[in-house]
Amino acid sequence: MTSVTEPPRESFRLSMLLNDKRYRFYTFQFVALLLLIVFMAYLGWNLVRNLAILGQDISFEFLGTPAGYDINQSLIPYENQDPHLRASFVGVLNTLLVAFLGCVTATIFGVLAGVLRLSKNWLVAKLMAVYVEIFRNVPVLIWILIIFFVMTAALPPPSAFRGDDPSSTMLFDAIALTNRGVYVPKPIWGAGSGALAAVFLASIAGAIYYRRYATRLLYATGRLLPMVWPTLAILILPTLAAYALLGGPVTLEYPELRGFNFQDGIQIRGSLIALWFALAIYTGAFIAENVRAGILSVSHGQTEAAAALGLRPRRVMSLVVLPQALRVVIPPVISQYLNLTKNSSLAIAVGYMDVTGTLGGITLNQTGRAIESVLLLMLFYLLISLSISAVMNLYNNAVKLKER
Amino acid sequence: MQKSVFLAAVAGVGMTAGVASAATLDDVQARGTLNCGVNTGLVGFAAPNAEGEWEGFDVAVCKAVAAAVLGDPSAVEYVSLTGKTRFTALASGEIDMLSRNTTQTFTRDVDLKFEFTGINYYDGQGFMVPAELGVSSATELDGATICIQTGTTTELNLADYFRSNNMDYEPVPIETNAEAQQQYLAGACDVYTTDGSGLAATRAAFENPSEHVILPEVISKEPLGPVVRHGDNEWGDIVRWTLYALIAAEEYGVTSANVDELAEGTDSPEINRLLGTEGNFGEVMGLSSDWAVNAIKAGGNYGEIFARHIGEDTPVGLSRGLNAQWTEGGLMYAPPFR
Repeated sequence: MTSVTEPPRESFRLSMLLNDKRYRFYTFQFVALLLLIVFMAYLGWNLVRNLAILGQDISFEFLGTPAGYDINQSLIPYENQDPHLRASFVGVLNTLLVAFLGCVTATIFGVLAGVLRLSKNWLVAKLMAVYVEIFRNVPVLIWILIIFFVMTAALPPPSAFRGDDPSSTMLFDAIALTNRGVYVPKPIWGAGSGALAAVFLASIAGAIYYRRYATRLLYATGRLLPMVWPTLAILILPTLAAYALLGGPVTLEYPELRGFNFQDGIQIRGSLIALWFALAIYTGAFIAENVRAGILSVSHGQTEAAAALGLRPRRVMSLVVLPQALRVVIPPVISQYLNLTKNSSLAIAVGYMDVTGTLGGITLNQTGRAIESVLLLMLFYLLISLSISAVMNLYNNAVKLKER
Repeated sequence: MQKSVFLAAVAGVGMTAGVASAATLDDVQARGTLNCGVNTGLVGFAAPNAEGEWEGFDVAVCKAVAAAVLGDPSAVEYVSLTGKTRFTALASGEIDMLSRNTTQTFTRDVDLKFEFTGINYYDGQGFMVPAELGVSSATELDGATICIQTGTTTELNLADYFRSNNMDYEPVPIETNAEAQQQYLAGACDVYTTDGSGLAATRAAFENPSEHVILPEVISKEPLGPVVRHGDNEWGDIVRWTLYALIAAEEYGVTSANVDELAEGTDSPEINRLLGTEGNFGEVMGLSSDWAVNAIKAGGNYGEIFARHIGEDTPVGLSRGLNAQWTEGGLMYAPPFR
């Protein structure tokens, strides 16, 4: 005699939250969440209470008061009577500048070193291995300081360029390398430079169109048009012709030693160079490893198959291996970009006025609003990091393996 | 059950997280050492000597307070602080007092909730340039590159000075005096600016001090003095009157050499009250009656401290100037001990 008995239908009882395995983990999660909320609330309450005991409050009004200090490198007009908010913004732009320059340069260094480390040339591969291991394993702050101190000590001060028989001279009479930074000529956009820019933009569009046309032709007929020389010609020749026709609308303003310093031209400060270069070579070493891992992740069969089709090694790399490697490379590179951006807050070590130096440094000091300033700094770095992640994730989605 | 454990934990955290500002004197006496914030290294004011012991004009104030409170001038834990970290360290209770050539300003006193306990050096901001530049006045500094220690009043004074004189300059912010010195000597900046005493002290550490000149302009008032937290008036009184005791001792001719002899009683009621043979000033402050004797024995009176660390016979070579006693035309004036 067999009978299938239905398990008795139990109605939900409160005690099951503790006794029943099916519900118990909800209880634990709920309690943990509650504890977390209470803990956070306690920390916040503790902060406010202790501030109140010290007679202080949390207020952001200081952002509207005049900053009173000067900033040497400012991408937007700024003077010392502008409010702290603007001084912070100057710092934000300086952070973004060094982060952008650093990310671009680190990518170039990283891709080159990563590819070359896999080179069959023993010397090149070992050199790249040495680069990666040295730069990856010494703290970035040390690199920033080394580069800054070497620049300060090795390059001449502007006074060395003075006199009838100066001990230092400018490169090509246009570039001055000093221990205060590098002075380069500055383009002056005269009348007609708009037209020149339009011609140049048009040539870029033309070059892109030509390359597309050549690719289409190749796919359609198998006829291979030369790529490199026509592209360069389309890019350069019309612009040169327009420059001559318009009578040279763009002139260069050369740096010139007047008074204490070089005047005119563009000054790339030693602090920016040290920070930029140190961040780039340091992060570049990490990116090189990511790139190497990405390339090694593409199975050797792919390379052999491409070679069997008659592709040359360089084309195998650029057409077959790298596109497949990218989907492995991009995610870790995102976190390297984030690291670089956050490491740029070491700028104060060399006196580069990034947002940590203005808002988190001088403003914090002069107003004494430490908690507010640090909260704003955290918010800024959080926003920047999330934005970089978002943009790079879009790119990652574009290159990742499409499964159909 | 779980709830009560949690509440107990919260209560425990709450107790340890309590503000440590209430009674600094009790904390210091219980600990047996004084936590004193000093400069990261400024010759003459606060710098480790060849034996690795801190010494200098500001350090002497720490020692005097430790001697007055604990009876032992060496019972000091020195915490070296940059211009940026000093106020946070004081506000958070990491140090009991700050003696780090700190300028008294309205904002620091009122808004940042600190208490300045007297002034031990009247200073003013100046400029130092290499002699070979041929600059003889700060008004010739238009367009110069200037090294500044960041996080100080100097960067605001500098901005004000150049703005009011319609001149341009390029600031190079530097974190510590040592780095500023290195940048200045390498020629990465034309000018170094900080308090006049700091310039003299920095120049004293150079290989060839005579190759650098300090310009005559003094562009600001920088009254430097020890600082304590707002709200603990008893502790503030102790630091303030220890400093006054050193200044008064010089005025009355009490030195480290004769303090023991004078402490046995003199004809001067003022000296007797200062040294504790008359009245009970020590007990009123919660200290022993010989607190001032200990403070003066620690490093001598104000004049002795000045002469030993930054006076004209030292490499720093500062004259008394504004810092002479009021009886000699200076500003050093201790209120009466009565």
